[in-house]
Amino acid sequence: MTYLHNIGAYFLMIKDMFRKPTKWSVMKTLIFKDIDDLIMGSLGIVAFISFFVGGVVTIQTALNIDNPLIPKYLVGFATRQSIILEFAPTFISIIMAGKVGSFITSSIGTMRVTEQIDALEVMGINAINYLVFPKFIALMLYPFVISIAMFLGIVGGMAACFFGGYSSIDDYIIGIQTDFIPFHIAYAFIKTFAFAFLLATIPSFHGFYMKGGALEVGKASTTSFVWTSVVIILLNYILTQMLLS
Amino acid sequence: MIEVKDLQKSFGDAHILKGITTTFENGKTSLVIGQSGSGKTVFLKCLLGLFTQDEGTITYDGNIYSQLNSDQKRDLRSKMGMVFQGSALFDSMTIAENVMFPLRMFTKQSKSEMQDRVDFVLKRVNLPDAHNKMPSEASGGMQKRVAIARAIVNNPKYLFCDEPNSGLDPKTAIVIDNLIQEITDEYNITTIINTHDMNSVMEIGEKIVFLKDGLKAWEGSKDNIFITDNKVVTDFVYSSELFKKVRKMYLEERNT
Ligand SMILES: Nc1ncnc2c1ncn2[C@@H]1O[C@H](COP(=O)(O)OP(=O)(O)O)[C@@H](O)[C@H]1O
Ligand SMILES: [Mg+2]
Repeated sequence: MTYLHNIGAYFLMIKDMFRKPTKWSVMKTLIFKDIDDLIMGSLGIVAFISFFVGGVVTIQTALNIDNPLIPKYLVGFATRQSIILEFAPTFISIIMAGKVGSFITSSIGTMRVTEQIDALEVMGINAINYLVFPKFIALMLYPFVISIAMFLGIVGGMAACFFGGYSSIDDYIIGIQTDFIPFHIAYAFIKTFAFAFLLATIPSFHGFYMKGGALEVGKASTTSFVWTSVVIILLNYILTQMLLS
Repeated sequence: MIEVKDLQKSFGDAHILKGITTTFENGKTSLVIGQSGSGKTVFLKCLLGLFTQDEGTITYDGNIYSQLNSDQKRDLRSKMGMVFQGSALFDSMTIAENVMFPLRMFTKQSKSEMQDRVDFVLKRVNLPDAHNKMPSEASGGMQKRVAIARAIVNNPKYLFCDEPNSGLDPKTAIVIDNLIQEITDEYNITTIINTHDMNSVMEIGEKIVFLKDGLKAWEGSKDNIFITDNKVVTDFVYSSELFKKVRKMYLEERNT
């Protein structure tokens, strides 16, 4: 029962996000602030993780291929496929559910428990539009983060080849160009946009409707991370089924 | 004038406000007093429209709040200022930005007009140099002053304060109480203050509404609260030893 209630409340929140917009002069500064916090602030960790996981994917692929009949360029090919299709859009989104999601939940939740949201509403401001809409717009730049993750993942694989000698750089480069299907990129970015929407709205929902005090803010962040990840994983399955099979 | 008629509010099964009827005169400071948990905050938030009541009406100068359309509601809200219990300053903004916020939202003033107004109200609450501090760098008393400045910056007609001096030392508390009273008189604002602090009752306010368990247990003027024989009121008012002694002296004085 409460699940149904919450799902209903979530969709009502999304509707309210577009109602009664905040003055543009104010909204503009909020959007820039959220781009800075949510997008720019995540680049470092995303770059770091992508580069090294790209390397690991390459090493493991290379070590699992010991049949001399399998061409060497397969290492590059397999790395590219797993990074573009799965690792960058989905795995990074789970990391972001932890980083960006808990930031969103705790900052909005803190505003709730310290009555800052009430203060906005007293002034006749649509607090959902004021707080959630700029995050939604900022996360429209999320595909940019994912592109960087894809690029650095592949570069990480190349670096692993270079330092570990798992395949020659030339073979790797041939590999990442083999059988390139442009729709795979489209598939990856459709997922990315969908996940960006979830990353902006589910944590906001958990922050906005939380009750209690400082302790509950912490709990809400954890719950928000769990739900955001669960929904991302489920939607990933559904979209993959729909788009690739 | 704010007229409240049979105000009722429940959260789930918990019946918090059980039918409150009272009025608040224009240009006066009224106090809503009562123990913690008696429903003062819920009452105030209903007046502000942050909670929608289940029953009853709230009338602002003849206009029934629930019957206003959204533009009229917005217009009315732009005439309300609220000082929250924990100040509720926006912690991502400096003190000056906090105070300027209602002006940015409600007015079409130029940047320099807004800045002048912010300078003026910050000076009025005795914080002439705090503009660029963040709220987290300010003491509790300063935060309360900023909250008052933010509440009055757009010249409100109605000012609501939820326990404005909770968490402050007694001396700062009196300063804050007096500041609110002075501002109310100076700008002819209709002010409603929630408090459980009898020291505030001694200092400020004209009319008092006493809430107990979601009901209005007593109302009257400030002078009467110290002489009423209403048991519920005296239990609350004279719960501290100091006030018990004061009462004893008063009664002895009256009897001689
Ligand atoms: N949003 C809410 N949801 C459920 N119960 C609430 C809510 N706000 C207040 N209450 C309950 O209403 C009662 C009165 O609270 P409140 O008005 O804050 O008391 P006071 O301000 O007089 O200390 C308390 O029992 C509190 O738990
Ligand atoms: Mg209260």
